Amino acid sequence: MDKQQALFRYLVRLGDNALILAQRLIEIVADGPELEEELANANFSLDYLGQARMFYTYAGEVEGEGRKEDDFAFRRIDREFENFLLVEQPNGHFGDMIVRSVLFDAFYLLQLEALADCSDQRLAEIAVKAAKEIRYHLRYGSQWLIRLGDGTDESHRRVQESLNELWRFTGELFDADNVDDAIHADFAGPALDSMKAAWTSAVAAIAEEATLTLPEDQWMAGGGRKGLHSEDFGFLVAEMQHLQRSYPGLNW
Amino acid sequence: MTENWPLYEVFIRAKSGLSHRHAGSVHAADDEMALNHARDVYTRRNEGVSIWVVKSSEIVASDPEESAAMFEPAKDKIYRHPTFYDIPEGVENL
Repeated sequence: MDKQQALFRYLVRLGDNALILAQRLIEIVADGPELEEELANANFSLDYLGQARMFYTYAGEVEGEGRKEDDFAFRRIDREFENFLLVEQPNGHFGDMIVRSVLFDAFYLLQLEALADCSDQRLAEIAVKAAKEIRYHLRYGSQWLIRLGDGTDESHRRVQESLNELWRFTGELFDADNVDDAIHADFAGPALDSMKAAWTSAVAAIAEEATLTLPEDQWMAGGGRKGLHSEDFGFLVAEMQHLQRSYPGLNW
Repeated sequence: MTENWPLYEVFIRAKSGLSHRHAGSVHAADDEMALNHARDVYTRRNEGVSIWVVKSSEIVASDPEESAAMFEPAKDKIYRHPTFYDIPEGVENL
């Protein structure tokens, strides 16, 4: 795989993670438990969507075949998406969503901070901008995790269950393949080994304050970045792409 | 949920050098959440550089029924306005 090809694949993956999480969050728009939480959730979804647009637009330019952001979002089939399984997991209850966000954002923030120093200037600039948004997402999510974990017996029990359930999707975050290796070697991008140590201690610190127990490492699910997704994923993609599939090329 | 979270009053400083101004209120379960909510509700269109939140119940307010005693005596004290003073020549920036 040459340098440009690796950069292209990496950008699409960044876009996929952001887009799919944006889609999951927007599924519950107008269902927030409080007006303020409702706004926060919609803001977060739009932050991820904005990031996906920047990654896809740049990916299209690197590829050089004229593909635009909408081509990546709406005109690929599910098997062509290479996001992590973690971000596509169904929303479940509020605690599930918070745990999913904290586990992912803790990773994503480290990834963006490392990319801010990478040798590709455009990617570095996008990473700096996105990291500011994700730093707030993580602040919000970890405060909620602490509130729920260190809250009532019921909130503690439920959020501990969420953590146990979602833990198996965290192995994939650090499962480097040749795209990650190329980004590290050729673009001075993130080193997943050292990121894993930083992520583990960041998550452990939040969990400790939340009085939650981190699960033992167990069998880890994988396959998202090979296009092998969970059962629910097809429904997510179908709903997300419905309009462009029914009316190809439709514009605002 | 049967009970609302406590109400917080939100004050936003629009830019450095200006004072914080009352922007509105949010519901929140604790102080940190109030700050997040204020950020998400009142600064999403780039309205501020600093936020104060304070529990509405902590604010001591004047009683509207006492407004006659509180505020009317100031109405006819026009000599308290600085309009009657001649500014000496040579004083700048007053």
